[in-house]
Amino acid sequence: MTAEIVGFWVAAVVLVGASLAVVLTPNLFHAVLWLAASLVATGVVFLLLDSPFLFAVQLLLYAGGVVTIVVFAIMLTEQLVGESIRQTSRFVFNGAVLAAAVFVGIASFLFHAPAVARSAVSGDQLRELGRALVGPFAAPLQLLGVLLVIALLGALYFARTED
Amino acid sequence: MPLSAYLGLAALVFAIGLFGVLTRRNAVGILLGIELMLNAVNINLVAFSRFRADLAGLIFTLFTIAITVAEVAVGLAIVIVIFRVRRTIEADHLDLLRG
Repeated sequence: MTAEIVGFWVAAVVLVGASLAVVLTPNLFHAVLWLAASLVATGVVFLLLDSPFLFAVQLLLYAGGVVTIVVFAIMLTEQLVGESIRQTSRFVFNGAVLAAAVFVGIASFLFHAPAVARSAVSGDQLRELGRALVGPFAAPLQLLGVLLVIALLGALYFARTED
Repeated sequence: MPLSAYLGLAALVFAIGLFGVLTRRNAVGILLGIELMLNAVNINLVAFSRFRADLAGLIFTLFTIAITVAEVAVGLAIVIVIFRVRRTIEADHLDLLRG
């Protein structure tokens, strides 16, 4: 139990710190690297919630895939790497007020919510997950495959050269 | 840790992502903020799934992660095309549709 509490606070501090760095760093390339750190910290939170499979998916798809794509996009729009264009943020005060208001709104709900006891892990979670994906969730899984093909074709269409 | 601790952490990350979306000038930065917000939602889904012993939350998270990857691929392709055509990706300068 103590290990979970220590792990949670370490993961929470890293996650919040890296997330703040993502939105506050002037250099966009550094922001992407901080995003990778925050995605890995999220994976650790998944691990604390007894979901090692989602931890692996998070590392492979998010920290591996998304970060690589964003780094490629920044290198292709090469002006971003240097300080050649303005990287400073706008509406900082308004944005901070609105984000704080949203956080206070959600947190006030959390204070009134009844406490839920953590249920015990039952059986092989990964096995049940696989069965559910080909059972009740088979149709959404197929639709997801179609969506990925469409996204691939769409990205190819946008990125093609004119001739 | 209680459920509310995980939900509070997710709410904080969501608010930080919202701040990024509102204040970043260029389109890639806005996409990074959206990533943070989706990430916070994933934490919520997994936490609810774990505390309610309901597998649906994990499956929703898997779907969200896959859809996010597709969204980022298409979004960045659009950013690259905009950069080719307009030579800028500052969101304030992209006002072709303004009447």
